[in-house]
Amino acid sequence: MILADSGAESPYPSRMTDTALRHIRNFAIIAHIDHGKSTLADRLIEATGALSNREMTEQVLDTMEIERERGITIKAQTVRLSYKARDGETYALNLMDTPGHVDFAYEVSRSLAACEGSLLVVDASQGVEAQTLANVYQAIEAGHEIVPVLNKIDLPAAEPERVRRQIEDVIGLDTSDAVLISAKTGHNIAGVLEAIVTRLPPPQGDPEAPLKALLVDSWYDAYLGVVILVRVKDGRLARGQKIRMMATGAVHVIEQTGVFSPRMVAAADLGPGEIGYITAGIKTVADCRIGDTITEDRRPAEAPLPGFKPSVPVVWCGLYPVDADDFEKLRESLGRLRLNDASFHYEPETSAALGFGFRCGFLGLLHLEIVQERLAREFGLDLIATAPSVVYRIHRTNGQVADLHNPADMPDGSVIDKIEEPWIKATIMVPDEYLGAVLHLCNERRGQQVDLTYVGNRAMAVYRLPLNEVVFDFYDRLKSVSRGYASFDYQMDGYAESDLVRISILVNAEPVDALAFIAHRSAAETRGRAICQRLKDLIPKQLFKIAIQAAIGGRVIARETIGALAKDVTAKCYGGDISRKRKLLEKQKEGKKRMRQFGKVEIPQSAFLAALKTG
Amino acid sequence: MPPLALYIHWPFCLAKCPYCDFNSHVRERIDAAGFIAALRAELAFEGARLGRRPLGSIFFGGGTPSLMAPADVAALIADARRVFAPRDDLEITLEANPTSVEAGKLADFRAAGVNRLSLGVQSLDPAALAFLGRRHSAGQAIAALESARRIFPRLSFDLIYARPGQTLPAWRAELRAALALAADHLSLYQLTIEPGTAFATAHARGEIVLPEGEEAAALYEATGAEAAGAGLLPYEVSNYARPGAESRHNLAYWRYGDYAGIGPGAHGRLTLRGEIVATRRHRAPEIWAERVGRFGHGSVAETPLSPLERGREMLLMGLRLAEGLDPAGFARRTGRPLAEAIDAEILRQAEAAGYLAWEGGRLVALPAGRLRLDALLAALCR
Repeated sequence: MILADSGAESPYPSRMTDTALRHIRNFAIIAHIDHGKSTLADRLIEATGALSNREMTEQVLDTMEIERERGITIKAQTVRLSYKARDGETYALNLMDTPGHVDFAYEVSRSLAACEGSLLVVDASQGVEAQTLANVYQAIEAGHEIVPVLNKIDLPAAEPERVRRQIEDVIGLDTSDAVLISAKTGHNIAGVLEAIVTRLPPPQGDPEAPLKALLVDSWYDAYLGVVILVRVKDGRLARGQKIRMMATGAVHVIEQTGVFSPRMVAAADLGPGEIGYITAGIKTVADCRIGDTITEDRRPAEAPLPGFKPSVPVVWCGLYPVDADDFEKLRESLGRLRLNDASFHYEPETSAALGFGFRCGFLGLLHLEIVQERLAREFGLDLIATAPSVVYRIHRTNGQVADLHNPADMPDGSVIDKIEEPWIKATIMVPDEYLGAVLHLCNERRGQQVDLTYVGNRAMAVYRLPLNEVVFDFYDRLKSVSRGYASFDYQMDGYAESDLVRISILVNAEPVDALAFIAHRSAAETRGRAICQRLKDLIPKQLFKIAIQAAIGGRVIARETIGALAKDVTAKCYGGDISRKRKLLEKQKEGKKRMRQFGKVEIPQSAFLAALKTG
Repeated sequence: MPPLALYIHWPFCLAKCPYCDFNSHVRERIDAAGFIAALRAELAFEGARLGRRPLGSIFFGGGTPSLMAPADVAALIADARRVFAPRDDLEITLEANPTSVEAGKLADFRAAGVNRLSLGVQSLDPAALAFLGRRHSAGQAIAALESARRIFPRLSFDLIYARPGQTLPAWRAELRAALALAADHLSLYQLTIEPGTAFATAHARGEIVLPEGEEAAALYEATGAEAAGAGLLPYEVSNYARPGAESRHNLAYWRYGDYAGIGPGAHGRLTLRGEIVATRRHRAPEIWAERVGRFGHGSVAETPLSPLERGREMLLMGLRLAEGLDPAGFARRTGRPLAEAIDAEILRQAEAAGYLAWEGGRLVALPAGRLRLDALLAALCR
């Protein structure tokens, strides 16, 4: 737990307004995983003395307690560095660490909106990857000045010239004055700091204008309540001030303002161009919409900052406790998670196969995984997750339009006029030799090619793909067909009408609601057959034979039979064995309670989980 | 009430077999006199509380009871005959190993009153005998069988099959050879890996791989066919006999009758004061003997069984038998109607699948049902 330090110990003046706009630089670092973002951030913190050597640990931003507390990479965070430049002046450099995944594209865009410039960090031996590309385009869109930084130039495999050309060809950035560094050895960190001061523009803003501050992110702190990360555009934020959230209309009184050094350090106020935090006795982050504009209640701004979007889950799945007794614990845990992550949604749901649980909405597959992992790790919950579903738009014949995010809720075909599904625009970068396989995969998943360009021996394919096809094991397949060399990024790209059907899975003629899924008619049979086969492999033979079928409406499209187990009998059983045998029987009966009942068939938890995992 | 069955456990062996999880112990020296005295004390203890009930069978099991002195066996038989009311056809079985030492004592055991011998042959294949850790050769086994057949009116022997790598033709050949030597009863067990044995360790390491599933089922079915060909019928899952030659002692277990168990680790089911009490003796021979010295018995648990427990026990034993269960007898013995003890829906499915049937008013597990009896019971028992 990090509490705000008192002003006396702060290396910063208590009145932040002393920092003139021209002495502030706000910047983000854009990099692919493993290209050295965290190491560079560490070096910058180290070089500017924000932390003493004693406090310095590897990858400060990733491993600080506050970050761990907030969960991995979902949240933006920031650190303020004090840097005395070669021109003799001291600058406040605000490093904005953005979440690094496609699921959080909107959150990234708000972090970028809080800055004027970015460092584009590229591994000089690897070159540009898809994720970097998506983020750098976002930065360009945000009007950023971008400084290319080639990292790992100490590696024998480094090819700075090739990577320079690649950046120019792919992104169109001038790389003639790219900064060549090795974050690992600390080589030329000074060059990066100078480039930040001399090449990135200072922020602009009017301290006298009505308050306009961007709500970059927020998180829940057990001691302080909700802490909001803000970027002040105009006006000032100060303790005691009554503020208003322009999107929600909520009004709060500021209790504390401050900056991150990287620890929280209280400051009397925050002026234009500054990045810092406020607390205002807010109980839940759901009241703090990322991208909202904070203004003064007494003298509100005329219009909010542009770019605000309410967060909308794009992937849904059911979460059920393995042990039905854990339902209340799951409810409580979801509530506590949502305190800190307003982007995920949940509502109670009941399944015939799985009992009581929740339908949960996420920003994407990684987000889903993170939440599941946190529920397991932090709350000790053993969960079953149903196959992820995207949000379909059902147009009924009576003109009604409704969102559908649970295949089990799909209405009868006779009342459906048409169904629309969400599409994405995906960017895939892949070495030449795997391109064929990647294109084949995209086509197989109903992809539409938008663009295909070559940069050296790497290809960049831009495809429109139904999101439905991506949540169905696309990442795994992409990784496997490209031997892990393809990088992938996407953005949502609207809805389009599609010939979709619901496939029900029947076990001994009874439908298993939790296994139902929606697919394009052209893929229904293949996928139905695949899941039947998988269930056949996963479900151990039982006392009686089991029929597994996939069906669209009443029409069976695939079937498999699991034969009865061949032999299961204790060879020897005499007087002394009766007690043991009875206890074994009783244990087996107890074990059956942990089986999932499908009609009259009991399926071991592990088999069901495996079926869902790959479904 | 059917006559009482008496089980006497002799816990010592010359060596521990790698597959065996019975309560057996290897000791350099054994205070035989002390242990025999303790067994006789326990016999007296059971006699005192059971009264002179009709006695149908005595079974000397182990361990290796053929390591006992025939005179001691005689003394225990005499005690049992005095304490209980022996039936004229009292069956007295002794388990023996076909080693030369034990084989030399067979006539003396017969003289002591043993009228049924159960020989632990286990295999007629030298390599298999070595794998199973047996101390006798195939030749010794055959010799012991031949001499036992002359000495005892009734004779049975055990074989272990479905051994690692054992093929169906190889087992058929071995079994045919065994059937040629057989008298009227055979116990044919598929090798199972029991926790805590040397085989369990080897199995966990992947050094032992047993035939499973279809393969094990095929071996089992071939066993039944070969035995039937020789006139031995499967009256229980692993026991084959000419009609009338069934082990009456073991039938008492499977029919869920009363049996008294004395000696280290022995279990009993006794009707006492209108209840069925499960009895269990301390497993460690020395501690058991010490307790008998102090309390007159080495019992560590005497647990009355609820109707639910009795029902489960009677079902899991009774369905092992080809004769199955009689609903009236079931209700009388367990205090629970059979229809309440089993799941009607599973019964219906099991009948449809050819696992269970009603034969002459009795619920019977058909061969297909007996082959899957553990899974069937887990579903069927309520």
